[in-house]
Amino acid sequence: MAQRERPLSPFLHYRWQYTNTLSILHRITGVLLSLGFFVLVYWLAAAAGGPQRYADAVALLGSLPLQLVLFGVVFAFCYHLLNGVRHLFFDMGRGFELATARKSARFTSIGAVVLALVVWFVLRGSLGGIA
Amino acid sequence: MSLRSPLGRVLGLGSARGGSSHWYTQRVTAVALVLLTLWLVVSLASLAGASYQQVTGWLRWPLNSALALLLVVVGAWHAVLGLQVVVEDYVADKGTRVVVLTAIKFGFVVAAVVGVLAVLRIAFGVAA
Repeated sequence: MAQRERPLSPFLHYRWQYTNTLSILHRITGVLLSLGFFVLVYWLAAAAGGPQRYADAVALLGSLPLQLVLFGVVFAFCYHLLNGVRHLFFDMGRGFELATARKSARFTSIGAVVLALVVWFVLRGSLGGIA
Repeated sequence: MSLRSPLGRVLGLGSARGGSSHWYTQRVTAVALVLLTLWLVVSLASLAGASYQQVTGWLRWPLNSALALLLVVVGAWHAVLGLQVVVEDYVADKGTRVVVLTAIKFGFVVAAVVGVLAVLRIAFGVAA
């Protein structure tokens, strides 16, 4: 039987829909959070290393480049959290209706930005920023 | 004729690569991380502007030590499972894929062990 030539990467050929963006953002934020994990471990290790190490770490995390990274991690966390819960509902077979899926997509995208700003504002004092 | 081995069929393991347990573990760790990260955010919020002694004192409390340990272990686990899917989807060359996946696992195991030791060190009061 002749094998038909099939595309190996169908996701590159579909027309754009909001679902594509949300899905790839879930992966991108997941990768970002994986890097954020190393920041968490660094913070714990610094705390275990004594007051001087901890003060140095807080100063480093408070520097502008690291603050930008931390804001990225906070946004990634908020998006991955909300969209992750959305996916857990999908896994249970719920929320696939077009109207529902669109509504939850909007909630996830707008909610992530709002939540990120709230979390950033609340955590500024403990993520190396000015208390 | 099926190419599956009788043992594989009896155990119901599909392609013998444990795909369903990977999928399921990813979800269980996800649910655990919803709770653990919310605990972290609330804790960090309460520690805003805290001194070094206040931070270690917070981490020394048994429930906080336990949740911090779980966050480190479950977080690393979830990250490895998630990154694995991403690598498997986008790295076509099988040799490169194995190298990258192994490097990711090594990196996260080292980080997780460092994190666990750090929490234990504070919990048992070795650090000031």
